[in-house]
Amino acid sequence: MNPRSEATNSREAVFASIRRSLGVAGDEEPRRFEVEARLTKAPVGVRPERGQGDLAARAATFKAEAERAQASVAEVPTLAHVPGEVARFLRDSNCPATVRMGADARFAQMPWSETPLEVAVGASDGHDLNALSFAFAAVAESGTLALVSGPDNPTTLNFLPDNHVVAVARDDLVADMEAVFLKLRAAYGKGAAPRTLNFITGPSRSADIEQTLLLGAHGPRRLHIVIAG
Amino acid sequence: MSAVSTASRFKENAHAALIDARLQGALSFSRNFTVRRSAAAERLPEFEALRDSARAIKDHTLAHLDLYLEAYERKVRESGGEVHYAQDADEARRIVVGLCRSFGAKSVAKGKSMVAEEIGLNEALEAAGIEPVETDLGEYAIQLRGERPSHIIAPAIHLTKRDIESDFRRAHRDLPPDRDLSEPEKLLAEARAVLRAKFLAADVGITGANFLVAETGTSIIVTNEGNGDLTQILPRAHIVVASIEKIVPTLEDAAQLLRVLSRSATGQDMSVYTTFSTGPRRADDPDGPGAYHVVVIDNGRSAMLGGAFEDMLRCIRCGACMNHCPVYQALGGHAYGWVYPGPMGAVLTPSLIGVKEGGQLPNASTFCGRCEEVCPVRIPLPKMMRHWREREFERHLSPAPFRYGLGFWAFFATRPALYRFSTGLAARALHLMGRSKGRLSWLPLATGWTRWRDLAAPERTTFQSRWRAKSGATR
Repeated sequence: MNPRSEATNSREAVFASIRRSLGVAGDEEPRRFEVEARLTKAPVGVRPERGQGDLAARAATFKAEAERAQASVAEVPTLAHVPGEVARFLRDSNCPATVRMGADARFAQMPWSETPLEVAVGASDGHDLNALSFAFAAVAESGTLALVSGPDNPTTLNFLPDNHVVAVARDDLVADMEAVFLKLRAAYGKGAAPRTLNFITGPSRSADIEQTLLLGAHGPRRLHIVIAG
Repeated sequence: MSAVSTASRFKENAHAALIDARLQGALSFSRNFTVRRSAAAERLPEFEALRDSARAIKDHTLAHLDLYLEAYERKVRESGGEVHYAQDADEARRIVVGLCRSFGAKSVAKGKSMVAEEIGLNEALEAAGIEPVETDLGEYAIQLRGERPSHIIAPAIHLTKRDIESDFRRAHRDLPPDRDLSEPEKLLAEARAVLRAKFLAADVGITGANFLVAETGTSIIVTNEGNGDLTQILPRAHIVVASIEKIVPTLEDAAQLLRVLSRSATGQDMSVYTTFSTGPRRADDPDGPGAYHVVVIDNGRSAMLGGAFEDMLRCIRCGACMNHCPVYQALGGHAYGWVYPGPMGAVLTPSLIGVKEGGQLPNASTFCGRCEEVCPVRIPLPKMMRHWREREFERHLSPAPFRYGLGFWAFFATRPALYRFSTGLAARALHLMGRSKGRLSWLPLATGWTRWRDLAAPERTTFQSRWRAKSGATR
């Protein structure tokens, strides 16, 4: 048997076995209709109260929850204040004055020359200590950042550097994951998605050694969030 | 042929675990899980409603699994990925090894995956001359020892930091022998540095999936270390291995399940990294894998649909049942002898490898019911363990003393007058035997039991006779 027909046979065998156990043929209209409807409408389930509220309430919840997950959070009045806050954070953490970031147009417009920071642009090859990303959104309910892949914010920046600073526009502080999905469908279209969507809640950690919680397992040791606006 | 099993030797395994002082010391750390889970659940008023929602989503998906799988497969293709189907472990291994060969892989980074353990993937890769590198800290530690995970989310929970230190010294020969590895921080830093080089050298990354989303063709992984992410974004290709029941309909459905998963597992509101992956890297992406393949594995699950054990397919592998199980807490995971330990393993193992091999595991229960109480998708685990016990008995697979004992008891139980008389006699006798300290440290025909614990001596009379006296008095 050639590999192609074996693959087809396995696929058919798995579907046949599922249908035999469920006692269905697979072409029943009511079942198809129900599945189609759910995939199209994507009904929301239980949305916890915690993340809800107006922008001020969401910002307060986000900050508290992110800090609970061992991230640090700063607030600055405008996007133009982000470079100064990045420089301050790195200086106070005794980190070198270097930072790598993606091609996000919002970064390009920031006054980096007013800081001592040496700026590099593009994906990381694993040799960067500090990185800066712009979040697609942030989730108040759990203090979680949502980052999407692409040239604006390469995914390697979220994981390879030791220190990860993430800027988020105040208006992008949403209640919950459901709100992120709405925003995602508006940006990418229904049923489509970026290659990678990272939900990040605090810095990397492991408790695999005697259940002792340690920060900085494989990803960043520090996560600093800058809310701008 | 799936991973090798010693589940049929459960009794011997359990005995060895109980007298293993090193293991008993390591297991004492595992109690933290229960405290954290209950704190996380209490902090979220909607937690119980979310459990109902999670259960309903899983039931709905399983009832329409063929159709959601079709929709999922279509979406993966649309995003440039490929879906492969494996009927059993053997086929799954052949597909993954074949894919790795097609990418010219010499080294493979692996994120933690229980289904990869189930199909014995590492052994197959090694046999094909491909080096699998486990990248989760706990998985890495046990890979160095040639062991299997003893817990589905904390694979090295049976090890102490001393164990890990000596394994690191043995494996990392190129590092200074006099280096300080006395603290967990030092061990973590060493693993981070060693594995970072392995990540950058790996040709292919293999991860499991916590969920597969039909709406978008997305695979979701949940980790705290970030190893699963480095595994999939750095190498040339990303291969996902996942069993058929990981499908959920929509992103919204995934959000419901994610809310109960981390809270039930580690007591976190969200794990640090919840990553949604859809297809290979896009045209303008500066990083990410060039190819994306999903191997959807059946290996016995489709046969569970529509039957007595269908509810088990709701399982989202959080580990809460084993964290709360008195038997697991006493034995650890290796005694269960196959891949999945604890109550979920006791139900799943006989389903996947047969009641003849795994039939003893459902007996590893006190029926205290805590597993069902904490299960985020409300799987009736005790009920299903009872189902297995019944089948084991029906098929004459239970040991002879158990069968004779049950027959002996049934003889009395079906003769009420004789039963009342003889239990009354036994209660008085045991009461007298244990009179001095209220406990019995030795019993005829039950030394295997009393060797490890005392039996509380019964009151002078039986429950039945006291009940009769009580209801007689109130009437």
